[in-house]
Formats: sequence, structure tokens, C-alpha cells
Amino acid sequence: MRARVFVTLKASVFDPQGKTIADALHSLGYGAVDDVRQGKYFELDLRTTEAAQARELAAEVADKLLANPVIESYRIEVD
Amino acid sequence: MKFAVVVFPGSNGDEDAYHAAGEVLGQQAEYVWHKDMDLKGADVVILPGGFAHGDYLRTGAMARFSPVMRAVERFAARGGPVLGICNGFQVLLEAGLLPGAMLRNHKLKFRCEHVHVRVEQTDTPFTFACRPGQVLRIPIAHGEGNYFAGTDVIARLEANRQVVFRYTDASGEVSDEANPNGSTAAIAGLCNEARNVVGLMPHPERACESVLGSADGLVMFESVVAALRSGALGGSTGSTLQAVV
Repeated sequence: MRARVFVTLKASVFDPQGKTIADALHSLGYGAVDDVRQGKYFELDLRTTEAAQARELAAEVADKLLANPVIESYRIEVD
Repeated sequence: MKFAVVVFPGSNGDEDAYHAAGEVLGQQAEYVWHKDMDLKGADVVILPGGFAHGDYLRTGAMARFSPVMRAVERFAARGGPVLGICNGFQVLLEAGLLPGAMLRNHKLKFRCEHVHVRVEQTDTPFTFACRPGQVLRIPIAHGEGNYFAGTDVIARLEANRQVVFRYTDASGEVSDEANPNGSTAAIAGLCNEARNVVGLMPHPERACESVLGSADGLVMFESVVAALRSGALGGSTGSTLQAVV
């Protein structure tokens, strides 16, 4: 199975990089872009065929290392 | 007094810390490689600045898993004085030895300059010889020193007097202009609840000789020697230290 982990700063945490990217897009004329949040993306190749197991493992790995729970949250997709 | 300076792959402040403790202060100093399992009988442990493990993933994130960190955790749990400088502070945060996390500097610039910090607490091993409210002029060199913690954590840090250093101007006043990275509550450094683990973003080890532009950082190294000599760190908690102060 493959798990995709999307890590982003929590909504309550200011994202200066996202803000800078949004400002750049505005200066390029993309006024319709209201906001940008930047994050990290991980692809995990997992030695399992069980989706539930893959999700559980990806969550454990995200909790332990991929995301810092103080400032970041994550979302997992499995296929 | 024996100082252990932990060396991670990517550390670059290790020689500065070694020089400050060993040459300037005249104490015994020894490097400890990140794969070492013990701290060679050190009385003080310094986690230096740099880019441990390339700062891959997040600053300090990978260093937490270095074997030597198990020894550092045990040393800290016994009440041993641990100082995390810059990247060493980030490692302490990622390792959970200090609360909170670092964000990119609010204006996204790597700041490399002298700043002023005010000593908020003198009952830690590394501020033991400071005057309350003393303003130190020491350099910073970081891109991710924007200290962040939730409002509940900040409230607890303030209530427990764990904010050890705050960015101020030369007169000791907190202001937005004097805060180089956007840190919450202008926090430049803090300690754990037991007060023996201290982390700060500025580099006191790079300000121990006037030829370097400032010798204000030396008092932090003198502090830990004085604290150890006085027996103030005999117990495993900061309450012992406080009683002596």
C-alpha cells in the first residue's frame, strides 16, 4: 500500500512562507487567491495490503516524526 | 568542572563552545560524538549551534534520535545542567526536554547580528551569576528562531517563571523592533520546570571575549561553574538552587 501524508501548519499558527507566496501571487495578478498555506508531502511505501493497517502505521509515523504536533497537523490518504 | 560538548553531524558551534569552556573559562572540556552512549562523566552538557543532521525535516528533528540523546535525557532527569544553544535549543524542543517549537523567522530572513536579551530569571544554573534584569549583548545567527507555543503553554511558562531570556533593546525594554524573529512574548530562551535545562537562540559562546565584539556571554558559563561549586545543583530540582539564591 502507499500512504500519502500531508503535513501543514495548524490553522492557528502563522505561516510566513505561505503569506509570502500569496503576496507573490497577488503581485502576479492572481487576486482570486485568497490565502496560501505551505506544507510538506510524504509518500510512504508500506509492506501491507490492508488499508486500515496502512493508515494506522502512517499515523504512527506522522505522530512520531513527520509532524511536530505543537505547530503542525496532518492528513493521510491511503491507496 | 567538566563540560561535554555534544557534536552532531552538522554542528558548527561545537568548537566555539569548547573554546569558551576550555580556553576562556579554563575548565575541562570534551567533545562527545552523537553516537556515543555516555557523557564521559561531564558536570555540564552543551548542545551547540549548527545544523544537526542537516536540519532535515525540521530543525533539530533528527538529532532527537541520536544515541547520545538518551544519555542527555538521563543526565537532565538527574538534575544535571544542560544548555542548548541555537540549534541545540531546537534539538531540546524537538526532544521534548523543553516545551514549544520553532517557526521560520517572521520576516523569513536569516538574522546574523548582535541583539540584546534581558535576564528574566537568575535561579537557573546558566544565569546564576547574573543580576536580575541584566541586559546581555550577544549574537544571533538563525533562520528559524521564531519561538511558538500555544497560549496555555505560554501562560504556564510565565506562571512558572520559565522564560529565562527575552529580546529587548539596549535599555532592557521589550519592543517589536527589538524582537528579531517574531518570537511569542519576545522569548529568547527558557528553562524546564526543574530549571536545570536551559535553551536559548542567541550564542553566548560567541560573546566570551571582547575581541569578538562582546564578552557578555561569559557570565552564563561562569554561572554554571559557580552554581556547581556552591552545591546549589546538589538536588535534582531547581528548588534547591532557588534556596541558595
